[in-house]
Amino acid sequence: MVNIALPKGRLGEKVYQMFADAGYECPAVLSNSRKLIFENPEKGVRYFWVKPSDVAIYVERGAADLGAAGKDIIEEYDPDIYELLDLGVGKCRMAVAAKKGFREDPERILRVATKFRSIALDHYAARSRDIDIIELNGSIELAPILGLSDVIVDIVETGTTLLENDLAPIETIFPISARLISNKSSFKFKNAEIEGIRTALRDLVNERRLNP
Amino acid sequence: MLIPNKDKTLRREETILTELHDLYGRYGYVRYKMSKFEEYELYVQNKDFLSASGIITFTDTNGRLMALKPDVTLSIIRNLTKKNGVQKVYYNENVYRISKSSGRFREIMQTGLECVGEIGAYEICETLLLAVRSLEAADRDYHLDLAHMGILSALMKPLALSEKSRSAMITCIRRKNAEGIAQLCEEEKADRAAAEALSEVIGLYGSPAAVLPKLKRICAAVGVEEALAELMAVAGFLGDCGYGDRISLDFSVVNDMNYYNGIVFRGYVAGISEGVLTGGSYDLLMRKMGRACGGIGFAICLDSLSQLDSTLKPFDYNCLLVYGGASPVEVTKAMESLQREGGSVLAARERPEDVRAGRVLVLKNDGTLKEES
Repeated sequence: MVNIALPKGRLGEKVYQMFADAGYECPAVLSNSRKLIFENPEKGVRYFWVKPSDVAIYVERGAADLGAAGKDIIEEYDPDIYELLDLGVGKCRMAVAAKKGFREDPERILRVATKFRSIALDHYAARSRDIDIIELNGSIELAPILGLSDVIVDIVETGTTLLENDLAPIETIFPISARLISNKSSFKFKNAEIEGIRTALRDLVNERRLNP
Repeated sequence: MLIPNKDKTLRREETILTELHDLYGRYGYVRYKMSKFEEYELYVQNKDFLSASGIITFTDTNGRLMALKPDVTLSIIRNLTKKNGVQKVYYNENVYRISKSSGRFREIMQTGLECVGEIGAYEICETLLLAVRSLEAADRDYHLDLAHMGILSALMKPLALSEKSRSAMITCIRRKNAEGIAQLCEEEKADRAAAEALSEVIGLYGSPAAVLPKLKRICAAVGVEEALAELMAVAGFLGDCGYGDRISLDFSVVNDMNYYNGIVFRGYVAGISEGVLTGGSYDLLMRKMGRACGGIGFAICLDSLSQLDSTLKPFDYNCLLVYGGASPVEVTKAMESLQREGGSVLAARERPEDVRAGRVLVLKNDGTLKEES
C-alpha cells in the first residue's frame, strides 16, 4: 500500500484528478465525508488530505510515501526527499513585490515581509543585502501598503491581487509548480509501486504538455 | 555472542549496539574512546566536511577555544598516527549538532568504524560487508545504496558550473530532481550532452545488473571506467556474499566532493524514514589532513533505530512487591526470591497508583507472600 499526502484545496483536487487519470483512482476522496483517510486496496493506494505546507513533513518523516507539494514548500523547508516529477499544475512564481513606483534605497536596510522566511533570507543573502525580515502568516500584501515593510516576498499567481492593491511584482525569485515527492526510505522499499505511479503520472504530464 | 535479553530490560537499540560492537571486534576493529571535546580549530579547518553548521564551543581553562564534538571521523583521523599498514577502529560516541527540525542543539548517539592506512580492494569490500551486516542487525528489511564519487565528479566537471550553481546542483542530485538539473544546466549554458548524461545517471536506480548497461555507456563517454570497475567489483563482491538483492546503485547518494572521492553508500532500514547509515572512502580528506594514505568508514545513527521499538511493554515491572511494615532483611529476602523467577521487581511500601505490574505480591507480617490481583 502506498500512502499519498494530498494538499488540501483546489490544487490538491487537481493533483488527485491526475492520480485518478493515471489509473490510481479512489472515488471516495472527493466525497464530502468527514473521513480523513481514503483507501483503494485494489490499486494499492491510500490518500489523505493535509495542510499544503505540511505535505513535505509527512513525506520526509515517512508518514506518507508520496505527496504533492509546491516548489515553494520544498524550497522553504528543504526536506530530505526525492523530487520525482514536475506535475505541471499549480503554476505560479515566488516573487518580490512592492508598491508601484517603489525604488530601492541601497543605503538602507531593506524591510521584507513574508511567509517564506528561508527563501527570503537566502535570496537576499546571495546578494549580500542586509534585510530586516518581518514574518507574517497572511495578508502579506498589507505590509507595504501600511508601511510595515518596503517589499514582500510571496507567491504571485496572476498578479491581480497585487494590482488591485496598487502593488507590482519587481522580481521573480523562481517559478513554482506542484511536484511529486517521495520519502527516501519508501523509495527503496516500495520501489516498484512508486516507480509505477511516477511513470503513469509522467506519461500523463507529457501527454498534456503535447495536447494541452 | 548475544547478550541474553529474555526479560527485555535492554531496549532494541541497545542490543543492536552490543551486536554491532561484537561484529566489529571479530573483524579486528578495536574500540576507540575519545574525549568529548576537541579543539575548535579542527572543525574550522574542515567545516565543509560537517554536514551541518553549528558547533557548541567553550573556552578551556588555558584560554583555548574548544568544541563539543559535532563529528567523530575528523578526530579519529587526526589521532591515528601509525605510519604503516592499516588501522581499524570502531567507536560509540555522542555528537552534538543542530537539529534541522527544531533549530536547537541535539545530542546524537553515533556508532561506526573507520579503516585508515593502505586501503586496498579487500579493505573496501570488508567495510561494505560490515555496513550490510550492521543493517542486518536491525532485524528488519534493509537496503544499501551504492555510488561512486569519482563518477559523479567526472559527470559534473564538463558542466563547468559556478560555485553557486554547484551547490544548487548538489541539492538537485540529492533529490533526484531531473527537471531541476536540466533547468540549472540551461541557465548556466552548460554542455547539453553532459547535462543529459548527468540527468540520466541520477535517474538510474536498481540492481547493479539492471543499471550497468546504461552506466557503462555513459562512463565510457566521460572516461571513468576505472571508477565504474571499482564500484562494480564491490557490488559483485556483495552479490557473492549473498546480499545481491539488498543493494542498489543510486547516484543521488552524494557526500562532499572535497573529501570523498571513491565509493559512497547509504543504508536504509524499513520503518525508518531517513537513512540510518552513511559512509564512504575519504582519501581526499586524509590528504587534506596531511596524510598520504586512504581511509574508509561509516557511521550509524542509533537514535533513529529507537523508532523500531514502538511496541509498548504490557507491564512496567514483572512484579510489584508491597512490603508494608516488613523489615529491610525480610524485604530483601523476598526480593531475591522473586528476582530468581526472572524479570524486574519493584519494592514499594504501599501499592502505588498507575504502576502496571505482571503480578502484585503483598509481604505479610509472618513473612509469607500473598498474591493480589
